[in-house]
Amino acid sequence: MTTPTTTQLDSEQLLWMYRTMVRIREFEEAAGRLAEQARIPGAVHLYAGEEAVAVGVCSNLDPEDTITSTHRGHGHCIAKGGDVKRMFAELFGKADGYCHGKGGSMHIADLEIGILGANGIVGGGPPIAVGSAFAAKYKKNGRVCVCFTGDGATNEGTWHESLNLAALWKLPVIFVIENNHYGEFTPQSGQGAIPRLSDRAASYGIPGVTVDGQDVVAVNEAAREAIARARAGDGPTLIEADTYRYYNHTGMSEGDPRPAEERAAWRERDPITILRGVLTEQAILSGESAERVEQEVRREIEEAIKFGEASPYPELSELLTDVYTE
Amino acid sequence: MTTATEATVTGQREITYLQAINEALHQEMERDPTVFVAGVDLAARGDVFGTTRGILAKFGSERIMDTPISENAIVGLAVGSALQGLRPVVSVMFIDFIGVCFDVILNQMAKNKYMFGGKARLPLVVLANAGAGGGMAAQHSQSLEALLCHIPGLKVVMPSSAADAKGLMTAAIREDNPVFFIQHKRCSRMRGPVPEGEYVVPLGSAKVVREGRDITIVATAYMVHEALAAAERLAERGIEAEIVDPRSLQPLDTPTILASVQKTHRVLTVHEAVQFGGIGAEITAQIAAEAFDYLDAPPIRLGGPWSPVPYSQPLEQEWIVNANDIHDAVVKLIEG
Repeated sequence: MTTPTTTQLDSEQLLWMYRTMVRIREFEEAAGRLAEQARIPGAVHLYAGEEAVAVGVCSNLDPEDTITSTHRGHGHCIAKGGDVKRMFAELFGKADGYCHGKGGSMHIADLEIGILGANGIVGGGPPIAVGSAFAAKYKKNGRVCVCFTGDGATNEGTWHESLNLAALWKLPVIFVIENNHYGEFTPQSGQGAIPRLSDRAASYGIPGVTVDGQDVVAVNEAAREAIARARAGDGPTLIEADTYRYYNHTGMSEGDPRPAEERAAWRERDPITILRGVLTEQAILSGESAERVEQEVRREIEEAIKFGEASPYPELSELLTDVYTE
Repeated sequence: MTTATEATVTGQREITYLQAINEALHQEMERDPTVFVAGVDLAARGDVFGTTRGILAKFGSERIMDTPISENAIVGLAVGSALQGLRPVVSVMFIDFIGVCFDVILNQMAKNKYMFGGKARLPLVVLANAGAGGGMAAQHSQSLEALLCHIPGLKVVMPSSAADAKGLMTAAIREDNPVFFIQHKRCSRMRGPVPEGEYVVPLGSAKVVREGRDITIVATAYMVHEALAAAERLAERGIEAEIVDPRSLQPLDTPTILASVQKTHRVLTVHEAVQFGGIGAEITAQIAAEAFDYLDAPPIRLGGPWSPVPYSQPLEQEWIVNANDIHDAVVKLIEG
């Protein structure tokens, strides 16, 4: 594993990364508890453990850049600037939610800040990312699209078709694989014959790199290079970020089949702890101020939950609205 | 340029159904720089059917692109770029190929607007060629419109004439929702009068193609022409059939169909797609619910038999509903 490096990142950016990672962690643990208490319906796919990937990548993006996300999408949404109040309201199925309660956890979108939607379909995002990147090229507006997927999606046909077309047309899109080593409950070894998913880049004639997905600075550096390449008109890059989800496929813990020692080993490389170490060492963050960030975020999350829960349900008359643009 | 109305169609110069679509594409691309076209062999070759001929020369390779044979990427290109404000027109070539990219259609294109709480806008058109009769066998001959009509969020049009092809293509491109534009292969070379300027046929407007007092025949795409042939022969027996072409199946112009049935008191629906679960079943059910008291006879349906489309010519001809089938069904209904 590479040693974390802080070149090119100023303390403001590093502190933003820290706070955003803490925000994702607190959001996810709160969402998991709400699901366990059956206060929110459906399933939540928690991003805890993978925070450095979304934050490392999105720290390079402007609001006009776009992302496509996955069923495990809360982290991407927060990293891209999503409002946790409207996110919780959506999880509660309430009118003030991002989708006015019609989408839920797996479909949160904020088109105004370039979030083209979480996605309930594994491999659902890549074709849309290609379209968004094409629009940027067509309009010559210098925008890029980041397509987040898990490792599982790389076995879907949509993923391969998307990389092929993006490479052929040199579209400004970055494909980020969050390799958490499991597709639902089946380990990566049971899903494909190659261990390094970035090797797949060779099939499309594009660069492929694997980064330590627990090191937000390493992710930031890899993404920065890929995004610069895309903006320069040199086409897509495939980034594989090695990471791990702390909780089960859905929800918090019940029936998690992964070995206890594997889970513990990954917890030893917690992305928030790693960044805190760097920030403390460089005297950017004291123990006291780290504590303060966590308290502030916790309060923010509590308020967001209150906001979401207090928001009214959508009117029943909303049932048939927005099927079409009138 | 003023937009022509339906009343002005008669007397216009005649062009083919394909030329009419091509003309609409040219005019809309001229009118709106956000309209672009992409698909397999659409640019350099002008489409294997000829739909996009001349567009590359006129608009250049930034406005029309050849793609790999990659339906997920092609249709995804449309969804993602529409979300970002463009107006894509993409082709899946044969409608049979929607099987390759059905997730993009079913779960992304159709649902993004609703799932996202109304924020998304998806102005896009998917071209798809449908229909049997060319010896293309089971994977290149289907009529799958009912499948698409069953998905909230999609719109589906299926013109039968050159004028409607132009008018519906123009309307589809200007529409802010995903529209499947289904071209029937056997309509493609048919000629008819088409206004030269901009011409819009609104989505969701049916057309009474032939007036009559004795029975309403609701027919789609090529079956409109089979129904017209049947109506000529029926007239020789003194039976006057009224033919209604819905043109747009989603949304469906139920009032025009009901008004016709209320006049004729009998109805037959006919489409090339398999009869079971076809659009005729939906139309028949709506008539039964809304105009039951007007009916003098049970509504009848004609559609393809319950098998894939066969290859061998005699079998394929046996499979496709034709004017004789329509004629005989009407005679049996009216004369017993």
